[in-house]
Amino acid sequence: MSWFEKLIPSRIRTEGGNKKAVPEGLWAKCPSCNAVLYRAEMERNMEVCPKCDYHDRVDARRRLDMFFDPEPREEIGADLESADPLKFKDTKKYKERLSAAQKKTGEKDALVVMRGQLQGRELVAAAFEFGFMGGSMGSVVGQRFVLGVNEAIARRAPMICFAASGGARMQESLFSLMQMAKTSAALQQMSRHGIPFISVMTDPTMGGVSASFAMLGDINVGEPGALIGFAGPRVIEQTVRETLPEGFQRSEFLLEHGAIDMIIDRREMRDRLANILGMLAGESPN
Amino acid sequence: MNLDFLEFEQPIAELRAKIEELRLVGSDNEINIQEEIERLEGKSRSLTESIFSNLSPWQISQLARHPLRPYTLDYVSRMVDGFEELHGDRAFADDKAIVGGLGRIDGRPVMLIGHQKGRDTKEKLSRNFGMPRPEGYRKALRLMKMAERFRLPVLTFIDTPGAYPGVGAEERGQSEAIARNLFEMAGLGTPVIATVIGEGGSGGALAIGVADRLLMLEYSTYSVISPEGCASILWKDAEKAPLAAEAMAITSTHLKGFELIDDIVPEPLGGAHRDPDAMARNLKNVLIEALDAIRELPIDRLLEMRYERLMSYGVVSA
Repeated sequence: MSWFEKLIPSRIRTEGGNKKAVPEGLWAKCPSCNAVLYRAEMERNMEVCPKCDYHDRVDARRRLDMFFDPEPREEIGADLESADPLKFKDTKKYKERLSAAQKKTGEKDALVVMRGQLQGRELVAAAFEFGFMGGSMGSVVGQRFVLGVNEAIARRAPMICFAASGGARMQESLFSLMQMAKTSAALQQMSRHGIPFISVMTDPTMGGVSASFAMLGDINVGEPGALIGFAGPRVIEQTVRETLPEGFQRSEFLLEHGAIDMIIDRREMRDRLANILGMLAGESPN
Repeated sequence: MNLDFLEFEQPIAELRAKIEELRLVGSDNEINIQEEIERLEGKSRSLTESIFSNLSPWQISQLARHPLRPYTLDYVSRMVDGFEELHGDRAFADDKAIVGGLGRIDGRPVMLIGHQKGRDTKEKLSRNFGMPRPEGYRKALRLMKMAERFRLPVLTFIDTPGAYPGVGAEERGQSEAIARNLFEMAGLGTPVIATVIGEGGSGGALAIGVADRLLMLEYSTYSVISPEGCASILWKDAEKAPLAAEAMAITSTHLKGFELIDDIVPEPLGGAHRDPDAMARNLKNVLIEALDAIRELPIDRLLEMRYERLMSYGVVSA
């Protein structure tokens, strides 16, 4: 507080130094091009900046809502919760971190799985909640993913996963690591049944999630500008002690290096995936 | 300080030094020296026993990374006859951080695949400290598929700090290479037995670790991230690694308690590096037993059981 402000009686002083010029929530600033945007317009545009096409992160339910037809929808494995087998505690208890994340996001864990339809085609889709402990994968994420795969196999419906994760969840230690093997094995089973899996990697898809089911799509898709990789850029920078190449680990970089099939703009996601699924199902054009 | 001994072993190192001194004196003065040496040997043994009966997870992770600890090829040379190393992923390079090849164990041909660390500085560099790049996983997968074709059981040996965090590794699809191995190993039509012999570091370890039997040497570790990595993220301080090692339950006894591994292979007193021959004998016996238990199973049944085991991983409540 400056000497001048101190002179002002407290009842005249306003709370919070940097007063916002506009009411909360009405306007948003694009993190990429800094354009000031009308919030409702961003929402209509699926959280993509109309000025620079920057794809902002979206939470799991919003993602599925944008992707599925309005009806019907049924959530899979909704009641599963982490059991904290290790009674893990760092500077905070894992249990406390879990309930804080639950309160913050309204989700029980970092993956939401649903059965629904895309342009009339039945399918199963999973979406990560990055706000829930960085979208990290523990036992619940692994189990929900597998339940989704089983549902897809039982109904002979394709599966789509929208990944957004920092990787495996440390607080469940080896249980988390084993989710990589578990989810990949489930996809192996699905592949044997000839059911397609499309993996859409959104910002960010890292670590144990990218090194398991996210990279195992029959079709691997990246959203524009998404960070996708195994080791985090900072870890790599510290290891190799040099600055990383321009655009390193972004979708465009992965496309260039052959790791993904295509980059799809979020606003075209439904149409493009529906087109691909139709062809994989051997349907004639309508 | 004797560098062959870890910090918590220094009392043992001092005693060993005393015994060595006496041995030197003993050669020109034989009165009662032999008796004294025997007394000290006994003391050294019971001291080692008492220190090793109560190791912390952090101490065990230091043992798992001990510079003298036997590596994959040390076991291969002791357990296997007629070993023929096979090189390369047929696409980019031969990653020396993962070795593999054909060999006979107890007369029976098998495919052996393991992480390999280097002993001296030059070898450490050429082996990249046991941190594989994508071509390492792809070589491993090539050998596993070959084993499947020729109906050879696969024995893998896990000992890596983790996958190599490098620019080239990312460019060549590190994530995909690991993921592909997990996918393929889940359905590999031949028995697979994985043993953690040292450090089981995260995805880089798991990429050769999907198996019908998962074993750990007594003083090896297996975890989703290194204790240092975990400490620097969750405690914001890498110095808290001992706490992270404790919290993550990375030791063989902890993981056996959670039924995440099948068996613990006991190590000689003071750890595998104190008697690599004895360690290799123990390991060989356990591997032969494990192989005998599954090699007669029809492949369909084996794969079914492997799938059930993979699906059982995880603890959730509803």
